[in-house]
Amino acid sequence: MAGHLDKSLPLEYQEEQSRLNILGFWIFLGAEIALFSTLFVTYLTYHMRTAGGPTAEELFVVKDFMIETLLLLFSSFTMGIAIFKMRNNDLKGLLVWFVITLVLGGGFLFYEIREFYMYAVHEGATMQTSAFLSGFFTLLGTHGLHVTVGVFWAISIIIQLVRRGLTPVTARKVFIIGLYWHFLDVVWIFIFTLVYLNGLVG
Amino acid sequence: MKLDEFFVTGEPMIYAADAAIAMTVIGIVFVLTYFKKWKWLWTEWLTTVDHKRLGVMYILSAVLMLFRGGIDGIMMRMQLAFPGMNILDEHHYNGVFTAHGVIMILFMAMPFIIGLMNVIVPLQIGARDVAYPFLNAISFWTFFMGAMLFNLSFVIGGAPDAGWTSYFPLAGKEFSEGIGNNFYAVSLQIAGAGTLMTGINFFVTILKMRAPGMTMMKMPMFTWSIFITSIIIIFAFPVLTVALALMTLDRVFGTAFFTMANGGLPMMWANLFWIWGHPEVYIVILPVFGVFSEVISTHSRKNLFGYKAMVVSMVGIAFLSYLVWVHHFFTMGNSPSVNSFFSITTMLIAVPTGVKIFNWLFTMYKGRIKFTTAMLWSLAFIPNFVIGGVTGVMLAMASADYQYHNSYFLIAHFHYVLISGTVFGCFAGLYFWYPKIFGHTLNEKLGKISFWIFVVGFNVCFFPQFFLGLDGMTRRMQTYADNLGWNGLNLVSTIGAFLMGLGFFVLVVNLLYSAWKNKRDTANDPWDGRTLEWWTKSPVQAYNFAVIPHVKEMDAFWHMKKRNETEIKAEDLKPIHLPSNSGVPFISGIFWFIGGFGLVFEWMPMAILGLAGIFACMLARSFDYDPGFYVKVDEIKKVEGITGGDK
Repeated sequence: MAGHLDKSLPLEYQEEQSRLNILGFWIFLGAEIALFSTLFVTYLTYHMRTAGGPTAEELFVVKDFMIETLLLLFSSFTMGIAIFKMRNNDLKGLLVWFVITLVLGGGFLFYEIREFYMYAVHEGATMQTSAFLSGFFTLLGTHGLHVTVGVFWAISIIIQLVRRGLTPVTARKVFIIGLYWHFLDVVWIFIFTLVYLNGLVG
Repeated sequence: MKLDEFFVTGEPMIYAADAAIAMTVIGIVFVLTYFKKWKWLWTEWLTTVDHKRLGVMYILSAVLMLFRGGIDGIMMRMQLAFPGMNILDEHHYNGVFTAHGVIMILFMAMPFIIGLMNVIVPLQIGARDVAYPFLNAISFWTFFMGAMLFNLSFVIGGAPDAGWTSYFPLAGKEFSEGIGNNFYAVSLQIAGAGTLMTGINFFVTILKMRAPGMTMMKMPMFTWSIFITSIIIIFAFPVLTVALALMTLDRVFGTAFFTMANGGLPMMWANLFWIWGHPEVYIVILPVFGVFSEVISTHSRKNLFGYKAMVVSMVGIAFLSYLVWVHHFFTMGNSPSVNSFFSITTMLIAVPTGVKIFNWLFTMYKGRIKFTTAMLWSLAFIPNFVIGGVTGVMLAMASADYQYHNSYFLIAHFHYVLISGTVFGCFAGLYFWYPKIFGHTLNEKLGKISFWIFVVGFNVCFFPQFFLGLDGMTRRMQTYADNLGWNGLNLVSTIGAFLMGLGFFVLVVNLLYSAWKNKRDTANDPWDGRTLEWWTKSPVQAYNFAVIPHVKEMDAFWHMKKRNETEIKAEDLKPIHLPSNSGVPFISGIFWFIGGFGLVFEWMPMAILGLAGIFACMLARSFDYDPGFYVKVDEIKKVEGITGGDK
């Protein structure tokens, strides 16, 4: 019922149901924090338990994970610009920056899958090799799976934006996936620190 | 996989179960077809997003699971009635006690509570619905499909048999080769996802959808208990999700988390499981504390004594529930300082719990108590729960626990806590709110008969087990020797189990008899209730409240009645918005089942098909812009029986 808009609120907060959905999504992210915390603790418990297999120091390549990090951090930045464009009621700008975000996200996934492939095929370091690698692939795989879901989710929202334009409902959907995307970025910062940097220090 | 590996064979009882399942399915299909009820089933139930109907389906499933879990319990007690019995062989016995634990906790206690909260919480806070009705339906169907998948394991593929805790390395591929424990990992995962969504849903509902004027400190105690429970769910269930995912990876994909080789740590499973598992105990106990608070206050015709202390105690219990998990493995080689820490935190829980017990007692003090069945269940709870609590403190002493650990003393303790808490509370809630749900009370005479048989049976069954435990009988024993001095107590315990079964049978008779005979409650408020749910019609209209009440004080409805403000005026009526029904949650549930089945049997194409179906359902939902519909004022007037007013 978007009869008239309340000028004091952004588009995505216009409807009662939208406000509830956004709050609910924040709570969901709280549960996601619990999920990723558990995975981080699991990883840290196991990260020295290499059982004679390759160690973190032997596997990690600084250039590769730096590229992944930059791609994902920049995608979070462009997502921010996309939301900014949305707040200015600029549908075209929103779509452009949304697509750029997805390209960067896709690039991140490409490099991550390439990294997994190098470990598994070239180094013989699969998730079955040792508890360390089980923890590594599970933690990063869960994050990568989240990014993958985010990409498909975003594509479905782009289709809806093109079809319906910027309405209180589509704006809410964009805003929520924005929260999701930034959250994945935050998780990555912990992966960067606790997995990669920590792994290189040994 | 060959067909004779697919179907479980070799036991006459399994064939009987096969036959019973086939007969039930044929019977249901026949009845639905004969009475032309398929369309009714689809439009009224399978596609509903109404929180009251979802609640009814939860409770119905829970009662069925109580039957199933109860039969498991009786089978175990029959096997243990005399030394050297041969009703269940070792393997079957392991499957039965695993199923009993999993079903009673996750597929009986949880859904019973979630059912009660689904029906009652939005009514208590004066809301038209929960925050996310569609998600609520998804939650129900994931729970239901998870439960069905788990139950199927008995006749197809093989039952999990590593206990409800499924400790590694026993539960790993090396020692449990078949697919039984895959059922455990996957079906709990599916049901757990639904529970997490319920937690988020009710957290937001209670936080944001309260009627105007109802501040947090004016909320009914049951709603408070659900609010706290939702927070525990939100932080505990992700841990279970991870633990079960790692278990699945270990079992199906050969990773090394909990293995003995390649650097795995079996103790990691115990830690993860109980970091979820201990808060889980409070997830099933706090809501019934809420139920007892409502029942005792209503039946004493007094407001709840020490409301604030009740709230603070619940918050305290919720906080402490995360700090005690190691007491489940005091004997597994922790250092003395670790054991001491968890010993003390565990004992601390007795403090807020004790506060609550005294609050209930003081609520009754000088009250004009009505002894209905609901009140009897609440009264029986107090002494029995205290026995459970005191023995809990005995178990919390780490050094003494070396004696009790994994003995029947422990079994008796947690049955005293969980049955006199959760089960009595579910029954109290059922008798109390049944008229709200179905429009007629349950028969009080049958209710009291069932109550006495069950409570006496419960004590006859579990009290002797304290002594069996102290005499050295350990849990999960399939049989015992004749000369250990355990014969008499075991026989008494088994007789008690049968009495409980009889009590349950009378309850079911009561449900059927009352549906047929009991007087339809026209007053809507049979117990002279205090909270807003009693303002609505019984059974409750789809839109809950014709007008949203303005709350001024705690026990809002009680005060409204005193001031004669309960009448609904025609000029206050406005059209009411309701969400449309949707088939997507049910269909998505079926895909969860398909995907889960594929993963259990390690048939990856089927698992992927299920996953694709789940995502397709999500997309369908995302592209669905159905705005719902409006109930017109004329229709509300008709339903409410209001005349006059020109609007």
